Amino acid sequence: MTSSDPVVSVRDLRKTYGSFTALDGVSFDIERGETFALLGPNGAGKSTTIEILEGYRDRSGGEASVLGVDPGSGGLDWKARLGIVLQSTGESGNVTVREQLTHFAGYYPHPRAVDEVIAAVGLEDKQKTLIRKLSGGQRRRVDVALGIIGRPELLFLDEPTTGFDPEARRQFWELIGTLKSEGTTILLTTHYLDEAAHLGDRAGVIAGGRLIDIGAIDELGGADARTPVVRWREGGVLREERTTTPGAVVARLGEPEGLEVIRPSLEDIYLQLVSTNSTGDIREGAAL
Amino acid sequence: MTTLRLGYSRIGYEVTTYFRQGDSVFFTFLFPVVMLTIFSVAFSEQNFGPDDAPLSAAAYYLPGMLAAGLLLSGLQNMAIDIAGEKSDGTLKRFAGTPLPVLSYFIGKIGQVFVTGVLQAALLLLVARFAFQVELPTTPEAWLTFAWVFVLGVTTSAILGIALSGLPRSGKSATAVIIPIALVLQFISGVYLTFTQLPEWLQNVASVFPLKWMAQGMRSVFLPDGFVVLEVGGSWNLEGVAIVTGIWLVVGLIVTRLTFRWIRKDS
Repeated sequence: MTSSDPVVSVRDLRKTYGSFTALDGVSFDIERGETFALLGPNGAGKSTTIEILEGYRDRSGGEASVLGVDPGSGGLDWKARLGIVLQSTGESGNVTVREQLTHFAGYYPHPRAVDEVIAAVGLEDKQKTLIRKLSGGQRRRVDVALGIIGRPELLFLDEPTTGFDPEARRQFWELIGTLKSEGTTILLTTHYLDEAAHLGDRAGVIAGGRLIDIGAIDELGGADARTPVVRWREGGVLREERTTTPGAVVARLGEPEGLEVIRPSLEDIYLQLVSTNSTGDIREGAAL
Repeated sequence: MTTLRLGYSRIGYEVTTYFRQGDSVFFTFLFPVVMLTIFSVAFSEQNFGPDDAPLSAAAYYLPGMLAAGLLLSGLQNMAIDIAGEKSDGTLKRFAGTPLPVLSYFIGKIGQVFVTGVLQAALLLLVARFAFQVELPTTPEAWLTFAWVFVLGVTTSAILGIALSGLPRSGKSATAVIIPIALVLQFISGVYLTFTQLPEWLQNVASVFPLKWMAQGMRSVFLPDGFVVLEVGGSWNLEGVAIVTGIWLVVGLIVTRLTFRWIRKDS
């Protein structure tokens, strides 16, 4: 593959378990150096997608290419170029943070320095502590450290900050920013829209096994979704009007009861997308 | 080359974590020493040999405890350990790294070998210095000990890896594996004199490798006269090598066919 080929390319990806369809024709590309966020409710197919791309699950149909290799048959050389942070880990952890990272660094041809990684995840004070004695959030940082120790070209992060306190999340975002600036390609799933907005260059929204929207974070839902809404009360009834000229509307209304101008947040747009989908009205042919 | 280097690295990691796990140290590493001590103290007044050549309980039970050690350090330890790693996500993590499966196995077998050697050394030291057991002095006896030990510990480790797929979860592993190991010990002449068992039970036990490992150990550590108590009046070392070897091959085949880092789609 050349440097201009996408790092991840997925076409019409399908996954069925018996009669249950977990993924129903998902397509997207991730370019080199890009951070792509997969959003969606629980059970929508985010983890199924990421686990197929990591080589953990076989696909039922469609095409998938990760670093130019079919993830269903990737060998050790291929795995050496990936970093994987799984959604859940529960190892007993009878080794210290430093021992674990030093050991795992040995698996990779060009690992990062252990000290550098320990500092990057903010575990300097805990490096000689057994992993099983760490708190949940600290263990999660060890997971992230193990994901980046091998200097991956492509990093998978499956809900990486679940259980983090706000400060730890901020630190994690800084770490991801550093990785991005070094050119790492990142595929992220998250429930936190602010996280997707902060880290992601583009995002895809999955619901019911289908990709219902994809695009730059500030373009999700289409231009109309960001059109401000003017709300007010008239004779006790809630009225609203979508308009590109809210000032003019407000000027026209004068001083009605409960006047407000709302610019839909990413969360509003996301919830709108997902709820529209769950009622069966899928935005067909979501822009690719 | 990488596979061997990582295998070596895994051995160090495995041995370190083994000794940090309190329950495995007690139930697999120290257990035979504890049992030898109990038997030696409980039957300290009894003579296990003929009247003209008395044999202490410690000397009588030592070969059985060495064989039990092979089973515990290998089969029981591996089966429980790997079943645990399967269910706690350790193997899933490895599946996403460039660690070769063979390196992982080298690490496991190396761990069994290192802990098995230390366990046998501890048993021999306790027997010799705490209970004044006379140890063999001929090179032939120690040569026999060496091959029975190496073949036994390897077979036991491989069978443990093969059995690790049996428990449905890490939590049930102890409950599934320990009874298997315990029954084998009782019917294979570890705790009870083999020839005193009913013949049909002897035949059942003769299918499994532990009976043969125990027999090999008895040939090394018991006085020559005890050979008359064996089946057919012979130590039958060829039988020890053949049956244990067959189980080694069976274990390798089962492992090759069934071991996966993860079950895709489970």
